[in-house]
Amino acid sequence: MRMNPRRLFLIAVPYGWLLALFMVPFLIVLKISLSDTAIAIPPYMPTLDLSAGWAGIREFFSGLDFENFTWLTEDDLYWKSYVSSLWIAAVSTFFTLLIGYPVAYAMSRAKPEWRPTLMMLIILPFWSSALIRVYAWIGILSSEGYLNQILLWLGVVDEPLSILNTPLAVYIGIVYTYLPFMILPIYAALEKMDESLLEAAEDLGCTRIAAFWRVTFPLSRPGIVAGCFLVFIPSLGEFVIPSILGGSHTLMIGKVLWEEFFSNRDWPVASAVAVVLLLILVIPIVLFQRNEEKNA
Amino acid sequence: MKRNMSFFNMTTLTLGLAFLYLPMLLLMIYSFNESRLVTVWAGFSTKWYGELFRNQQFLDAAWVTLRVAVVSSTIATVLGTMAAWVLVRERRFLGRTLFSGMIYAPLVMPEVITGLSLLLLFIAIGLDRGILTIILAHTTFAMCYVSVVVSSRLVTFDRSLEEAALDLGCSPMQAFGFVTLPIIAPAVVSGWLLAFTLSLDDLVIASFTSGPSSTTLPIKIFSSMRLGVSPEINALSTILISIVAVGVVVAALVSKRQIARRETEEREGQK
Repeated sequence: MRMNPRRLFLIAVPYGWLLALFMVPFLIVLKISLSDTAIAIPPYMPTLDLSAGWAGIREFFSGLDFENFTWLTEDDLYWKSYVSSLWIAAVSTFFTLLIGYPVAYAMSRAKPEWRPTLMMLIILPFWSSALIRVYAWIGILSSEGYLNQILLWLGVVDEPLSILNTPLAVYIGIVYTYLPFMILPIYAALEKMDESLLEAAEDLGCTRIAAFWRVTFPLSRPGIVAGCFLVFIPSLGEFVIPSILGGSHTLMIGKVLWEEFFSNRDWPVASAVAVVLLLILVIPIVLFQRNEEKNA
Repeated sequence: MKRNMSFFNMTTLTLGLAFLYLPMLLLMIYSFNESRLVTVWAGFSTKWYGELFRNQQFLDAAWVTLRVAVVSSTIATVLGTMAAWVLVRERRFLGRTLFSGMIYAPLVMPEVITGLSLLLLFIAIGLDRGILTIILAHTTFAMCYVSVVVSSRLVTFDRSLEEAALDLGCSPMQAFGFVTLPIIAPAVVSGWLLAFTLSLDDLVIASFTSGPSSTTLPIKIFSSMRLGVSPEINALSTILISIVAVGVVVAALVSKRQIARRETEEREGQK
């Protein structure tokens, strides 16, 4: 088929926009991560000087090296924050599943005329600012917060628990923020389920609990897998939650990148941190895509 | 066999919804607290709302945010709808895989990386950071969300309607304007709303791409949050949550009404 001008225009405009504002910036990050830090503006060397012709291009490439990446392996701050990001994301995903599954299950067993309303109630928090929703937890978790007031009043504890600025607060923040992402795919899987399967299982002598584990749970597995990825992937690079609820010793890579850039002004290292974070993310993203294609 | 909601399911739903809504509810209730101490109730007062509207910094930031959100979500909707069209209709062209990759990648890209890379681009081409750079940044990631929403509607669209319009003498542009657009309009509108709220809420990307004269509301909120809980922030959050809640509920009611109307029309058509 020949390209007519209308088709060309339709393809070229979004394509060009994405190339200029997504692809090129990403290549710049890659390039700067291979450059040396310099005390200048911009604070990195070398810069590509096209006016110097071929020699300039060759000089540019010879100036690139993996020094920043070596630096990442040598300073254990970066190792620790990658590992701790993975750990925090994994633990939070697990707890999100633990809380999200029963809610999704209960939704799928609700009367059909209630379900759209329940769906809306689950989606609604997602539309309001994550920043504000995370902020709401400061008032609950701080040492003079609502939770400690209740616990002290009930006499459960003698002195306020310190939860804010600990990893526990970060877990709570992630579970809270990403819960809808877990509930919706599981609900979608459970809602499609044919209830007569459960009746058959019970007729054949399964107890209700056995029927759940042998029929319902396996059938909802695609939803569980999708939900886990949808929580795990974004929480790995999370910045807002650890910086508001976590303490200075709660390491997450998004926060490290931010500080490297804004506080230390070390652009090459910040770029190298970003490149490694992307490499780590590629694995779960590819697995997620495979899972989606399998169930499509 | 008709199963009624068991006690267990009822409890789970109640607890789950309480977990989702209680924190926001507490925040909203305590925005009407008399005392500056946010966690101690000292009587009803709306004075923090007054303080908020007298705070010029917050008003300026709100104005910047609103302009950025309106402009970026509108451009993003146009670009995103074009991209959705290309994704669904153009099966073969040079670099299609790269194109669809660039549509989906920003959805999973950590915000810190998107922000960092755009900032480095703006510095490399010597573009001063300000409202324009935030708009460019927000348009870029929002158009990907819009194209996902719109393309899911375009996939189920019956192409024979469009072909009929072309056969009856419409130009391709007219066929799009008179036939396709009205049918996919709900998806385009929800794409715009999504882009608008994404822009309104974004802290990370805006922090990287904003200049000193273009502080957005989330940036302002974030910097005051670092100093701890304050009643003005509670009041501001209450206003923002209420706007979003009203918007979502209205949108849900409108779409419910549309579906009901379409169903009655179809039923009458069958008679």
